[in-house]
Amino acid sequence: MSTQVKEQTEVDEEEQVSPGERRREKKRQLQREREQEILDAVDEAEQTVELKIFRFDPEVADKQEPRFDSFTVPFHRGMTVLDALIFARDKYDSSLTFRHSCRQAVCGSDALFINGRQRLACKTQMGELDWPVRVEPLPHQDVVKDLVVDMEHFYDQMHAVEPYFDPDELPDGELEAQTQSPENREKIKLSTRCIWCGACMSSCNIAAGDNKYLGPAAINKAYRFAMDEREGSDKKADRLRIIEQEHGVWRCQTQFSCTEVCPKDIPLTEHIQELKREAVKSNLKFW
Amino acid sequence: MHEHDVLVVGAGGAGLRAAIEAQEEGADVALVTKLHPVRSHTGAAEGGINAALHHKDSWDKHAYDTMKGSDYLGDAPAIDAFAQEARHEVIQLEHWGMPFSREEDGTVSQRPFGGLSYPRTTYAGAETGHHLLHTMYEQVVKRGIEVYDEWFVTRLAVTDEDDPSERTCHGIVAIEIATGEVHGFYARDGVILATGGLGEVFDHTTNAIACTGDGPAMAFRAGAPMEDMEFVQFHPTTLPSTGVLISEGVRGEGGILYNADEERFMFERGYANNEGELASRDVVSRAELTEVNEGRGIEDEYVHLDMRHLGADRIIDRLENILHLAEDFEGVDGLDDPMPVKPGQHYQMGGVEVDEYGHSCIDGLYAVGEAACYSLHGANRLGGNALPELMVFGARAGRHAAGGVEEESEIATGPGAKSEDGVVDSPVDLGAVSDPDPVATDGGTLATPEQALEAAVEAERTRIETLLERDGINHADVRDRVQQTMTQNVNVFREEANLKQALRDIREARTLYQEVAVRDPSRTYNTDIIHTIETRNVIDCAEAITVGALAREEFRGAHWRKQYQYRDDENWLKHTLYAWNGGEPELYYKPVILEGEEQTYEPKQRSY
Repeated sequence: MSTQVKEQTEVDEEEQVSPGERRREKKRQLQREREQEILDAVDEAEQTVELKIFRFDPEVADKQEPRFDSFTVPFHRGMTVLDALIFARDKYDSSLTFRHSCRQAVCGSDALFINGRQRLACKTQMGELDWPVRVEPLPHQDVVKDLVVDMEHFYDQMHAVEPYFDPDELPDGELEAQTQSPENREKIKLSTRCIWCGACMSSCNIAAGDNKYLGPAAINKAYRFAMDEREGSDKKADRLRIIEQEHGVWRCQTQFSCTEVCPKDIPLTEHIQELKREAVKSNLKFW
Repeated sequence: MHEHDVLVVGAGGAGLRAAIEAQEEGADVALVTKLHPVRSHTGAAEGGINAALHHKDSWDKHAYDTMKGSDYLGDAPAIDAFAQEARHEVIQLEHWGMPFSREEDGTVSQRPFGGLSYPRTTYAGAETGHHLLHTMYEQVVKRGIEVYDEWFVTRLAVTDEDDPSERTCHGIVAIEIATGEVHGFYARDGVILATGGLGEVFDHTTNAIACTGDGPAMAFRAGAPMEDMEFVQFHPTTLPSTGVLISEGVRGEGGILYNADEERFMFERGYANNEGELASRDVVSRAELTEVNEGRGIEDEYVHLDMRHLGADRIIDRLENILHLAEDFEGVDGLDDPMPVKPGQHYQMGGVEVDEYGHSCIDGLYAVGEAACYSLHGANRLGGNALPELMVFGARAGRHAAGGVEEESEIATGPGAKSEDGVVDSPVDLGAVSDPDPVATDGGTLATPEQALEAAVEAERTRIETLLERDGINHADVRDRVQQTMTQNVNVFREEANLKQALRDIREARTLYQEVAVRDPSRTYNTDIIHTIETRNVIDCAEAITVGALAREEFRGAHWRKQYQYRDDENWLKHTLYAWNGGEPELYYKPVILEGEEQTYEPKQRSY
């Protein structure tokens, strides 16, 4: 199993074709240092924690059947799930695959299913979880490999609500901005925080059963524009028509699972409910 | 093979802006990014966007502040264009729906920022970059611009004339991460590198793990020199355990720095008697480290940033995101306690040598954003000047690549721009980069576009096969060594012996790199391959930073040398260029341009 520290003899020096003995020796030394460092880190840690990580690779024989691998990593105060995953990958098994980038909950790359709940790995403290920590890819999405899921469907739904600002008219003057009341800015503030991580969509029972459902993130994106007083009235009517269609807002059964898992604390369910009301108002106006 | 008029590599703020502009000029444009656009690190920018919008402010004041902030190492044509066009770019963002923070009357708010003579920083809470990135991605979706997301660009297809300024860039080679397939992309009109920062060169950084200096390293290997790489900005307020950024906006709103003796050291210890906490970033970073080194740090590591006196209402209104970051990544409630902060690598002032349109010396090869050096920021970037830079120069490069610019540029690039005194004596023994390994080198390419592209694709396939087939060491160990030596030896305070040690360590890392291999045998989403290739880029960038730092015997902006405690305008008012030169890197210099449109910038004592 991948947590086993590799034997020193694994690199067979005799068979290495390298330009110089000095370099070969350096390499052997590095390998020894590396193994010792990992052993020391695990030995010296006051505490270690076990990760059970979902593994799958459609191309690699022993990973075609999904399995869980265990990794023991040294624990330190402040350690996040992402820190632990990086340790496991860089020290034990460089084929362990997951997305990550910013490490600070703004890029939305590392939404995972951690101990049975959608969370961002970078802002989830290991110390606050039950151990061993179980890490799986987001449910209800196709797994590409290990912890990486196919996000295309999520992006398609985001794009389906025509997620861009469309004003009726803009100020004429050179260097003249539109105005927006602080109250209206406050109204849309939470909706603009979405980082497209997909946690909400993955947690939603309706989305799991209806692949065409727009889902909480896309509807929230529509909310962000529909509620912005700067947007044009025609565009708002268009937008309400989009979210009102068969697989739109009316599908939501207000279970609040999206709201519970959102790492940016966006009141998604409330936003969906408010758009239902807007849609009704808009329909009354046109009838 | 894929084919477009203009290819933009990287889809953060600069890349998105370049793509939008190129398309508006009529080009068929595509974005190629190793992430998805909304994952780009522009999204982590917090503080704001500078633009002289108020009628009491003016663009030439913004330009002057920028030149002063640069410690007179900026080039006036770039600075003047920047300060003028930033205003239009901010208004355009607002017209695209960006949710700026507002005043009571509904107008866009502006706040004070370090080094600015007028409060001209527009912002959207303390998450300005997030809103800017999403607003621009929305515009890309609206325009139907093609995006190749999770495609990692590894190599440029450039012709192989001896003189880099006679070469042409015809395209790129990229790995489709999902499948591991290597594809060639032919660019009819130009390739724009917008690959962002290089924070992974250091181990305490505000940058994303994806910020590995890919653009400067690729361009360097293709013949476009790296410029002013020794100028690395260390942001004074990052969280000690992770490097997560605490915006300058906290100090802009009135946040105060204290040492362990609860002294407001920026004033009480005389680091910046006028501006205090709002002095330029390099000044504040050095002050903090001096406090720590002289025993007045907290836990011998950091100082405190206190914003409690601002009151909960104002903090939540303008800096709410900071409360979340301090809580999530340091376990501190900023409403109840001061936040621990220390300097961390934040921004690379240097980059691919380009002119004021982002054009490098290689025809058809552009660079914009943090990957580029126009030079706008010179020896030190002012807070709030990076986001408008993305917009202004992204647009300029997009327009130029699509054929929409008639004017000649004023900033010279390539070997022809060399100072008359040519190569100066430097204490650096440059030597050849000995990396015959196909994984570590970039093979030469040929004269026609097709040959150049085919050769590049072939070279890339060979590299990947070699990495997959052989046994060897893990790239992470090599990257680790570089990060550790850079953080130890090429940090805020620089001494000759340490810089030389760093250079030895980097050269050793380069040798070790010839032994790297990829353990993951799969073609599917193989991040081991991606990270292994990135590590070579990290090594190239680390070397350029260190060589430049060792050669520059003066103290200017972010570059501090123990033995040389003064700015030396007589000898060092010039840009550092580090060129690949066929594997035997060359260090040379070119003059700074101080003659601007409205004013000639006279170097003055820089005090805050």
